[in-house]
Amino acid sequence: MKRFISAICVLAFIGLGVFFWITRPHTLPADALTGLTADVDHGETVFHAAGCASCHTAPNAESTDAPVLSGGQRFPSDFGTFLAPNISSDATQGIGDWSALDLANAMLRGVSPEGAHYYPAFPYASYIRMQPQDVVDLHAYLATLPASDTASQPHEVGFPFNIRRSVGGWKWLYLDDSWVMPAETAQLERGRYLVEAMGHCGECHTPRGALGAMDRTAWLSGAPDPSGKGNIPDITPASLTWSDADITYYFETGFTPDFDSAGGHMAQVVENLSKLTAQDREAVTAYLKALP
Amino acid sequence: MKRTIALATAALTLVGSAVFADGHIDNAIKARQAQMQLYAFSLGTLGGMAKGQIEYNAEAAQAAADNLAAVTMLHPAAFWPQGSDSASNANSKAKADMWSNYGDVQAKGMALGEAAAGMKAAAGTDLEALRGAIGPVGAACQACHKAYRESNN
Repeated sequence: MKRFISAICVLAFIGLGVFFWITRPHTLPADALTGLTADVDHGETVFHAAGCASCHTAPNAESTDAPVLSGGQRFPSDFGTFLAPNISSDATQGIGDWSALDLANAMLRGVSPEGAHYYPAFPYASYIRMQPQDVVDLHAYLATLPASDTASQPHEVGFPFNIRRSVGGWKWLYLDDSWVMPAETAQLERGRYLVEAMGHCGECHTPRGALGAMDRTAWLSGAPDPSGKGNIPDITPASLTWSDADITYYFETGFTPDFDSAGGHMAQVVENLSKLTAQDREAVTAYLKALP
Repeated sequence: MKRTIALATAALTLVGSAVFADGHIDNAIKARQAQMQLYAFSLGTLGGMAKGQIEYNAEAAQAAADNLAAVTMLHPAAFWPQGSDSASNANSKAKADMWSNYGDVQAKGMALGEAAAGMKAAAGTDLEALRGAIGPVGAACQACHKAYRESNN
């Protein structure tokens, strides 16, 4: 009996060890950004392409050239409601005191400067495919935006999802930096980078499994709206039958082919896309048209 | 018996007024959706030219822009009665927030009026001027849809 109990204890100890090993935060090597210098202007393009303002401005904020990233928008999900934090240049309430490496660990690894896991409501499952250079440029651009001393609000997430350590298990199972689709031309490659990495389109347009991971086998084929109301459309050629010119024009102006205009969260996406170059919008269209 | 009749009359009156109210609201929703259709129709001409799908024609562009601007001048109050929000009526996609943010709704409406006036001034000049004027119109449509329209799907 005594031996049995000690065997259980040893197993439990090993199990705990495995849990902690699997769920530990993985950060980038300390020299991951060595030798990279920031290009602020390009950082602005990254900012729009990655859609930062869409989630991190205050609820119902008007769009401006210098958005205040004070946070506060609510994102309901099956696991609880997530509240976007303050990522303004304020050193106390925002991320003004972050190094470029801190930002890279957050965006490319989902790990905070304190070494805690972020919830994947923050789309690092897409940003993981971004180039470190783009994060360095973005870091420089974010520093130019206004500071806000609004405190970040806590997420409203219940047990067991409130145990951040368990996000490490989720990452171990699902975090995957490989591309979803092949890209045979330079234009498709650019489109893929905009869609799969920076634009994080899959986060809303791809259905998710039981634990909330994007289903790569049903890529961009539409999903229930996480708010519980309505659906986010299928944007594969099976359903998105608009011409190339119509899709690209929608990205520029928000006008559908019958001149309705984008609403809801997609209106914010169009605001971002409209600030990219025409070539970038065409690349996104080309990528969507090439989907199976 | 007298009491029964009185009660029945009262009940019928209540039902009747509810039906009247619903019909009135449904009609208002249809009217404002028709207004949106008129915008879309004129924008079909202007946007088709901007996109290069329709050949630019100064006269047709000017007519479409004049119509667009005229429709922005309609007095809105009767189209947007209380109780015609999406929570109260299945045909409506207008968020209830509209009725508690009157100042903002009015400002967004004014912005559309200004953008349409800009288009009216530009559309007959040339294609470049038309292209420059359509961005603000799209932005004005989108600003209101973003804030106050329920998602399409």
